[in-house]
Amino acid sequence: MSQNSLRVVWVYPDLLSTYGDQGNVLVLERRAHQRRLDVQRVDVRSDQQIPTSGDIYLIGGGEDRPQRLAAERLRRDGGLNRAVANGAIVFSVCAGYQILGHEFINDLGQREQGLGLLDVVSTRGEGERCVGDVLADIDPQLGLPPLTGFENHQGVTHLGPTARPFARVRFGKGNGTGDGTEGAFNETVFGTYMHGPVMARNPHIADLLIKLALDVNALPPVDDRWYEALRAERIAAATQPA
Amino acid sequence: MAGNSGPLSPRAKLAVTAGKAAAAVSRAAGRGSGSVIGGKVALKLDPDLLARLATHLDVVLVSATNGKTTTTRLIAEALRASGPVVSNALGANMPAGITSALAGGSDARYGVIEVDEKYLAGVARDVSPKAIALLNLSRDQLDRAAETRMLAEKWREGLAGTKAVIIANADDPLIVWAASSSQNVVWVAAGQEWKDDAWSCPSCGGVMQRPGDDWFCGECGFRRPTPSWALSGDYVLDPHGSAWPIHLQLPGRANKANATTSAAVAATFGVPPQVALERMYQVQAVAGRFDVVSFLGREVRLLLAKNPAGWLETFSLIDGPPAPVILGVNARGADGTDTSWLWDVDYPRLAGHPIFVIGDRKLDLAVRLEVAGLEFRVCETVDEAVQAAPPGRIELIANYTAFQDVRRRVGN
Repeated sequence: MSQNSLRVVWVYPDLLSTYGDQGNVLVLERRAHQRRLDVQRVDVRSDQQIPTSGDIYLIGGGEDRPQRLAAERLRRDGGLNRAVANGAIVFSVCAGYQILGHEFINDLGQREQGLGLLDVVSTRGEGERCVGDVLADIDPQLGLPPLTGFENHQGVTHLGPTARPFARVRFGKGNGTGDGTEGAFNETVFGTYMHGPVMARNPHIADLLIKLALDVNALPPVDDRWYEALRAERIAAATQPA
Repeated sequence: MAGNSGPLSPRAKLAVTAGKAAAAVSRAAGRGSGSVIGGKVALKLDPDLLARLATHLDVVLVSATNGKTTTTRLIAEALRASGPVVSNALGANMPAGITSALAGGSDARYGVIEVDEKYLAGVARDVSPKAIALLNLSRDQLDRAAETRMLAEKWREGLAGTKAVIIANADDPLIVWAASSSQNVVWVAAGQEWKDDAWSCPSCGGVMQRPGDDWFCGECGFRRPTPSWALSGDYVLDPHGSAWPIHLQLPGRANKANATTSAAVAATFGVPPQVALERMYQVQAVAGRFDVVSFLGREVRLLLAKNPAGWLETFSLIDGPPAPVILGVNARGADGTDTSWLWDVDYPRLAGHPIFVIGDRKLDLAVRLEVAGLEFRVCETVDEAVQAAPPGRIELIANYTAFQDVRRRVGN
């Protein structure tokens, strides 16, 4: 890959873009542009083929039926799995996160097969829906500041041995397993329950994905004033629940 | 009360009286109009009160994600050509508020009722409406609302077998799905700028094809019905092929669409389009929306936009640059507490406007605008924003509670 270009693929906005998920794409694009990278953004609708030559793939949240349709079409397509085999980075949120695992519970109450790109299995929680501001500490291996997000889901996601928790919650539910874990990741594939959208509140995640895709250790700084102001406000809100 | 109280049972009369007393107490305590508490008390005493109050009325129900309060008002104005109307004009649109509005109706012939999306099927069962207007469905308050397609499905089940005439928007696939279980549908080409909640077929899940103004599912054949009424530019086209010019005081394409639907509703009660439209022209503002107020020596137009579809329609009606724009966003209970939807709003369309940002969640909006590459200024109060705005009429766009905050401050 050339060092100054980035191919960003947004997977199935027609099905998985219910919770402002376009925001992650926009933040990633913006921060890459600010680093003078040439960004090629490809939005792939669910009746189109997933290109396998992308650098970063984003997959968002959605309602139960679109989630099943997306899983069916992604399994049939096979492109995302081939892209990951080629070394692509994938960042997924909520319904998209569940799809990347081995299986989840679909809108018909049945076990639906996922893509197996993350070593996780999701079920549906019995209790109340997890809704509200979250504050969590991201795995120190990733070197990122605390995670702030908004969760709105009823999923429970259990991690297998080859997935690490993306973060550990201080306030909020995260994976819903009661062990304080939030999200999951391996070398190149990430999943989280955080909306917000998560990169608007945690622009360093966008930077991390860019660095991984470019295989560089650092990026030139950008003006983070508004992000930092928002982060401070939401972190305070998470620690003082209404 | 005369017209409605005559046929009511003693229990129903007691319920109405108790409800009015509760409303009066609530008003006296400075807690708003009291219509909701009054309705709650009345429904507790007589759970069938809503059905009883509706018995002697020709009822029209109006539901949608956006435009229901305005359309309710336009239909009420149009039907006044044919007889007295009772209506929940202030937007109290759940069963208690509706009950309270109907109990306040004197000798009305028509009841024109705005209904919250979640309650439509139940209210339709209770009041045996003559007509139901369905305008649009899109994402709104996702932290607590039902999924948008599920809502369409509930309408579809609830309205199957209704005797009412359904007046429905042929341009919104979710509305068509909801309405097409009914026997008697009048399709109106009312348009729908926002398309992002109907890319998958509500019937089979196939990917929707949307060439131009048409739409259809490539897999199961579910497609746009042929409309008998249409909004075409500044004209209402009626089923006889006549074109009626629209001269509303209310601004924007969406209000022309609301007027078109309202004309179709009025026609089912024998009010001709010309008569109906002329009556709608009297409407200047609806519950503060679209009102132009004078504040701190400046002219400010107040616009309500609660969700991505609403913001999109609002952007298309504001004055062009360099008109200053104030944006206000809160995320309190009535707004939905998740602000992710801001990222579905096409803010780059505001390029060239001086932009001022207010509200509880002004920092979410600031990041959104920063990422859109727009210039903006964050202000602590509406006063500060108005004072900072360069000359010209100010367009103020706010979501629900932010809009109420502004109304209170500017004395509207």
